Amino acid sequence: MTRKRRRMLVLAVSAVCLGSAAALMMSAFSSSMELFIAPADLAAHAPRPGRVFRIGGLVEAGSLKRTETGGHPSATFRVTDNVASVKVTYTGILPDLFREGQGIVALGTLRPDGHFAASEVLAKHDATYMPKDVVDALKKSGEWNPASGPPPPASTWNTLSPAQKKS
Amino acid sequence: MDATAIAPNPSRSLHRFANPGRFLRLSGRFLAPLAWTGAILTVIGLGWGLFFSPADWQQGDAVRIMYVHVPTAWLASAGYMGLAVCAVFSLVWRHPLADLAAAEIGPVGAGVTALCLATGSLWGKPTWGAWWVWDARLTSMLVLFFLYLGQIALVRAFDDPERGHRAGAILALVGVIDLPIIKFSVDWWNTLHQASTITLTSAPSMYVGMLWPLLISALGFSLGFAAIVTARLRAAVMERRLRGLLMARAQAGA
Repeated sequence: MTRKRRRMLVLAVSAVCLGSAAALMMSAFSSSMELFIAPADLAAHAPRPGRVFRIGGLVEAGSLKRTETGGHPSATFRVTDNVASVKVTYTGILPDLFREGQGIVALGTLRPDGHFAASEVLAKHDATYMPKDVVDALKKSGEWNPASGPPPPASTWNTLSPAQKKS
Repeated sequence: MDATAIAPNPSRSLHRFANPGRFLRLSGRFLAPLAWTGAILTVIGLGWGLFFSPADWQQGDAVRIMYVHVPTAWLASAGYMGLAVCAVFSLVWRHPLADLAAAEIGPVGAGVTALCLATGSLWGKPTWGAWWVWDARLTSMLVLFFLYLGQIALVRAFDDPERGHRAGAILALVGVIDLPIIKFSVDWWNTLHQASTITLTSAPSMYVGMLWPLLISALGFSLGFAAIVTARLRAAVMERRLRGLLMARAQAGA
């Protein structure tokens, strides 16, 4: 009995030590665990010019312009976190999920004029899963415009019957 | 040498379930229903998810990878939790059945973790535009896969199986620290991986026509996982008994 108690105690003490060590380590490395920087943090933690890093945020509504440079598709748009925004330029094929209002993560460098030259743009899918007809119903009733921001609370649409909504 | 010979006093409540003989009797009765229910639910969940549930408005049919990716992701963590529980029973109470169970959970857990990583990668390319990124969620899940591999190798690395089980149990417990990191990585840090769709605090942000097949599929996968581990564990217990009997006979003959 006492031996089991002792083993249990050893396990508990090791768990506490290991847990606090891990927590300390993670809080120390916390900034390097971030995949990207938000536009609002760009001013505070401005990386050195020419350094490659990732920024992330939503594609600002109405800011997307698609053009062509030398036969390659290119795009300029603004990435916002609703506090600050930064202009991004990119030449290449954008992911299928790219649209205004979508979260994206771009890899690149900050140019002296303050715009972000991206060499890679990834689409960040948010946590909502909706069929097309539900989205259409929400758009039609004016409850959600996907370009302007996140969808309304899930409880208002996750059991929505689109046919019923139309009538 | 016989596993039952070292089983603890059956009158103690916890130890009753650790008796390998009792385990063989009970699991023999439950294994077939467990396996069948798991298989049927998996077929229903995957069939519904792959062929009858609606496509996502942005992702289209690529969203159907979810019906495999999410259940395997949940199981990868749950399986590791099972490994950790076995490790505590093995280190504190020295249950022989917990040692065997941990050795049998390892490969199955590594399998679902590999499936989760593979389906995630296949899903990432058409939606994000990348097979892999080193964000906190993906990296911590890869670490879990390596923890499984380490435990599998460590358990089998010693001539004395007892020492292997002990070392594997310690690794399993140290690795538990990765489970909250996986779970909360998407809340603590910026990641490309989405945050949780299904949470305790609010309504799931998923259409019910997609949620039901996902939950059924997850239940089917879980029962299937339990059935595979039980079958493997039964085989391991019987193998150990057989080895004991052969050893006893060899000694009697000599």
